[in-house]
Amino acid sequence: MSTTMIGGREVHVDEEGFLTQYDEWDEDLAKQLAALIGVDLTDRHWTAIRFLRRDYRSQGETATLRRAAQLCGIPIKELFQLFPKKPAKKMAYIAGLPKPHGCV
Amino acid sequence: MKRLLILGAGTAGTMAANKLRRRLHPDEWRLSVVDQSETHFYQPGYLFIPFGRYRPDEVSRPSRRLLRDDVDLIHGEIALVEPDHNRVLLTDGRALAYDYLVIATGTTPRPDQTPGMADGRLWRSSVFDFYTYDGAVALASALGDFRGGRMVVHVVDMPIKCPVAPLEFTFLADAYFRECGIRDDVELVYVTPLPGAFTKPIASHRLGSMLEERKIVLETDFMVESVDPDTKTLVSYDEREIPFDLLVTVPLNMGADYVAKSGLGNELNYVAVDKHTMLSKQFPNIFAIGDANDLPASKAGSVAHFSVEVFADNFVRYVGGKPMLRRFDGHANCFVESGAGKGLLIDFNYDTEPLPGRYPLPWLGPCRLLAESPVNHWGKLAFRWIYWHVLLPGLPVPLPSHLTMAGKHPEE
Ligand SMILES: Cc1cc2nc3c(=O)[nH]c(=O)nc-3n(C[C@H](O)[C@H](O)[C@H](O)COP(=O)(O)OP(=O)(O)OC[C@H]3O[C@@H](n4cnc5c(N)ncnc54)[C@H](O)[C@@H]3O)c2cc1C
Repeated sequence: MSTTMIGGREVHVDEEGFLTQYDEWDEDLAKQLAALIGVDLTDRHWTAIRFLRRDYRSQGETATLRRAAQLCGIPIKELFQLFPKKPAKKMAYIAGLPKPHGCV
Repeated sequence: MKRLLILGAGTAGTMAANKLRRRLHPDEWRLSVVDQSETHFYQPGYLFIPFGRYRPDEVSRPSRRLLRDDVDLIHGEIALVEPDHNRVLLTDGRALAYDYLVIATGTTPRPDQTPGMADGRLWRSSVFDFYTYDGAVALASALGDFRGGRMVVHVVDMPIKCPVAPLEFTFLADAYFRECGIRDDVELVYVTPLPGAFTKPIASHRLGSMLEERKIVLETDFMVESVDPDTKTLVSYDEREIPFDLLVTVPLNMGADYVAKSGLGNELNYVAVDKHTMLSKQFPNIFAIGDANDLPASKAGSVAHFSVEVFADNFVRYVGGKPMLRRFDGHANCFVESGAGKGLLIDFNYDTEPLPGRYPLPWLGPCRLLAESPVNHWGKLAFRWIYWHVLLPGLPVPLPSHLTMAGKHPEE
């Protein structure tokens, strides 16, 4: 596991840049992470990201796209518009959570 | 008299009932199993039905004959579990009380969950599934009539039971079209929501090159939104379109609806359990085994088998007031048919991805892991006999239920 500097702060990340320590994240950092992948955060984005944070804390793993859509009430289609191309990965990245493994 | 109620007489429910009946005293325990179907299906056989390799009657048996005589079999559809009253309701109004409940109602393909997929103009005329008995039989006649065109094999979303089955189907289809002499007239496309051919990196790489060698086009990261019945295309959420003449899809797999209605399910109706003991996270007298639970393992008969061994030993201790000693490690092993009389074998668990090597004996095999060989193909075919005669009766199988690293090569 390595560390990197984001927005003047040192954080732990995996090979793909996903944060590995839950507590190193805050909403300021989320803005930086979003900027790095070209996402402009709106209220809708925040709804999804805050859901993902809460859900991770209770479940111990990153929600899949289907779970996020169902439990935070944003349809999958809209999640694709908010986080283009790879919404599950991008949401997790901005929320400072491990990449959803989702499937075995 | 205590009552153990098992919901579902499929692979996991049947094995658990037969194993536990031997170990729970008949004067102290009544053991009942509920299922809506009177027939038990050998689902791995569905893979071969479309190619005419199994007759439909080779994959089914009456459920009653597969359970010991001293297990009651109740025929009925489960409507609701009331965990606060330790009671299960059937759709015909019967109520069944329990002291301990084991949920083993598996997972089912749900074409209704993708708009357009179950449309009457397409369903079972140009859109098929082979995850049900009826689907596999219908597909056999469609393949018999198929003279060429674009055949798309597709997975809606993970998890699905037997995650290698759609790849196996694709390999077998490739071999089948070659045998019929029409391979050049068929364009074969494999469409998956995953970033590669399979979930785990080394196997994904190996299986991905096998697609390439066979000139099968791989379309990844495809999250289907709908099927357009007018143009016969798959449409994704990010607006990609894949046209087809024949679509063989694996619809969204979901646990039984009563699980969700009873407040026991996640977003796909799977029961949340401890991943080492299969005990419900909500209720201390409910377990969920086989495909019905949310274990981060493959949904497969082999997982059901290895985990039921652990479960049965634990259950006997647990109801005797003793701690559960055994811990399930997510062990799965699957034969992967690759066509033309060959197959691969993969063996993995929660922590170790499928690796090359030999199984079950290090160096000797006879099965080669993650490599094609005829032995693996014969292993797969022999498995049907083992399923009916050894696994379902709950007889001991001389394979360790946990994964072993002996004979595996992490760095090949
Ligand atoms: C095409 C295909 C190929 C496969 N190949 C392999 C393979 O090669 N190797 C492997 O290990 N696994 C394979 N599998 C997976 C394997 O068949 C399943 O993982 C296994 O059967 C799971 O067992 P289970 O008991 O959890 O569920 P099931 O065996 O599906 O049993 C569930 C039972 O519950 C009953 N039920 C459901 N809902 C209700 C209700 N509401 N009321 C009453 N009864 C209900 C059903 O009738 C059924 O009898 C394959 C599956 C498919 C579809």
